[in-house]
Amino acid sequence: MTAAAAPGAATRTLLEVRGLSVTFGAHGRQRPARAVDGVDLAVAAGEIVALVGESGCGKTTLARTLLGLERPTQGEVRYDGQPLRYSQRALKAYRHRVQLILQDPTGALNPRQTVYESVAEGLRIHRVHGDERALVADALARAGIRPPERFFLSYPHELSGGQRQRVVIAGALVLEPRVIIADEPVSSLDASIRGEILALLLRLRDDLGLTVLVVTHDLGLAWNIADRIAVMYLGRVVEVGSTEDVLSNAKHPYTRALLSVVPEIEELEQVVLAGEPPDPTRVPAGCRFHPRCPALLGGEAAAAGIEERCVSTPLAVLPATGGHNAACHLHS
Amino acid sequence: MTTVAAPLLEMRDLWVSYRTSRGQIPAVRGVDLIVRAGECVGVAGESGCGKSTLASTVLRLQPGNAEVTGSVLVEGQDVLTMRWGALRTLRWAGASMIFQGALHSLNPVRRVGVQIAEPIRLHDGVDEQTAHTRVAELLEQVGLPPQRADAYPHQLSGGQKQRVMIAMALACRPRLVIADEPTTALDVMVQAQVLDLLTNLVRRLDLGLLLISHDLSVLGTTCDRVVVMYAGQVVESGPAKAVFDDPRHPYSSALASAFPRIGDPAARLAPRGLPGDTPDLAELPSGCVFHPRCPLRADRCEQEVPVLSAVLPDRPVACVRADEDPDLVPRARAAAVPT
Repeated sequence: MTAAAAPGAATRTLLEVRGLSVTFGAHGRQRPARAVDGVDLAVAAGEIVALVGESGCGKTTLARTLLGLERPTQGEVRYDGQPLRYSQRALKAYRHRVQLILQDPTGALNPRQTVYESVAEGLRIHRVHGDERALVADALARAGIRPPERFFLSYPHELSGGQRQRVVIAGALVLEPRVIIADEPVSSLDASIRGEILALLLRLRDDLGLTVLVVTHDLGLAWNIADRIAVMYLGRVVEVGSTEDVLSNAKHPYTRALLSVVPEIEELEQVVLAGEPPDPTRVPAGCRFHPRCPALLGGEAAAAGIEERCVSTPLAVLPATGGHNAACHLHS
Repeated sequence: MTTVAAPLLEMRDLWVSYRTSRGQIPAVRGVDLIVRAGECVGVAGESGCGKSTLASTVLRLQPGNAEVTGSVLVEGQDVLTMRWGALRTLRWAGASMIFQGALHSLNPVRRVGVQIAEPIRLHDGVDEQTAHTRVAELLEQVGLPPQRADAYPHQLSGGQKQRVMIAMALACRPRLVIADEPTTALDVMVQAQVLDLLTNLVRRLDLGLLLISHDLSVLGTTCDRVVVMYAGQVVESGPAKAVFDDPRHPYSSALASAFPRIGDPAARLAPRGLPGDTPDLAELPSGCVFHPRCPLRADRCEQEVPVLSAVLPDRPVACVRADEDPDLVPRARAAAVPT
């Protein structure tokens, strides 16, 4: 399994979005918010992809759309070569195979349900046949809750934060999914637990061939576990490629700025972008990053003679597959 | 002034325990700590290590069931025995606090300018106009346009709200500021902005800053000194960058590698954590309290109680095995790197 999952290996695309846009409030009186605004993204079977960006960049909307929780305004979600269908029955079958893990395990678990009930709930909803006790025990053990039987009757408040997140992961694993979409899976956990949960995700990929899409603002997490990275800014993927390429040899000024503020990286001069993440109801013309772009403000773009294009010419959507790409006039 | 002024904050052998139905729960166990003017001191540790309890004692904000012994001196005065009036002056004007989850501590139905002005009016007894001018000054200091005083909290982004909280903390010109996880809920870019702001303020206003976080990488790059806490005790302290780059206690080492260095081949596809959970404070392990989770534990760790002693100049570490080999931890870290 490990070999098939190795980065760069030619594997089959399992989950994919094509030309995806999700717009909120298009019919109201307010300006529509273009949360996702033209994204192509492909995740191969057995691959771990990190979707990175600041709050408000559209990464969570993209993840929700992948799960069928939001409908695309344009474009489509494809799973296993087929476009996702939105009938009740089709969505239920889809969500059997594609599971979600959320940031806050305390909020994700029902405080009045035992660990056993929480994990078994999915089996009952999807009417999975077989020995429920054995399946629950197996999922808990895989998620690192050992011995599982000892925790069957525990309530969430009796567990530590790391154990709770493991129970949430067991609840996803019990259905034997092919894909896990994890939205900030470790950001509410303590530092020493964080590595353990990330190691668990990595092990599940290696042992079960799971495909994982991790949504995060944490570049260190991506370095720890992801094969590929897509960096999102204001509804678009602005840089995509293998983790090594994107993080060690970033092309896009936004990715470079993000990297420079990670406290561990001292060689880079800090580029603290002024202002807040921009507003998806007012997407700037030209390159959508230009109002905050250090390359434009610092004269690098002028030196290359592309200043005019930065403010007026929009960039093409980056292809879902292929090597290391950045949506920047400096690199086109 | 020729003599050295008293430190802004000095904790001496501080113990805090909570009376609960399960008995006496020790949260802070014998901590010594000093913060001087113009200095940023970091406290690193995870949930349940006592860092927030520690912070609460500075303004005597600890809950009613807490029992405190030792001393907490703010500019030489003991907070724990202080009269109510003196304590009232101390809060906000002598020392102020930026709380964890500050994004929810603003009143949603009042303009932020009014909220910043409140402590100024109460403490300085100034008229509306003076308070108004001071609010504008404060907003400028934290990098917000003065017109933002008229905004309601929901009109501000997370980073802007955190700036407002910092402006409030500075309202009565305190000498000492305590920030408990001030950037936890913020994005990396906004976190960098807020940390920049805090360190600039320390320099410009000659403040003392006690910065509390579970992220040793943040403290390592922001603070002058750092103390690492585990289960209520200081396990290591020293110059912040040195502790982060070259930790000498196995626990600090685990904290330092929890947030990987991007580009470090040893961390690529190899997340590192610590097995197990933080100990139950009601039933602390014997000997060194860290031994059940320690990757370097030996038999003697189950009996011997470690005390802080310097393994290197200015680098006190509480590890039983430090006397065997002062380079035990760096050697183990080097061995973890695949060749």
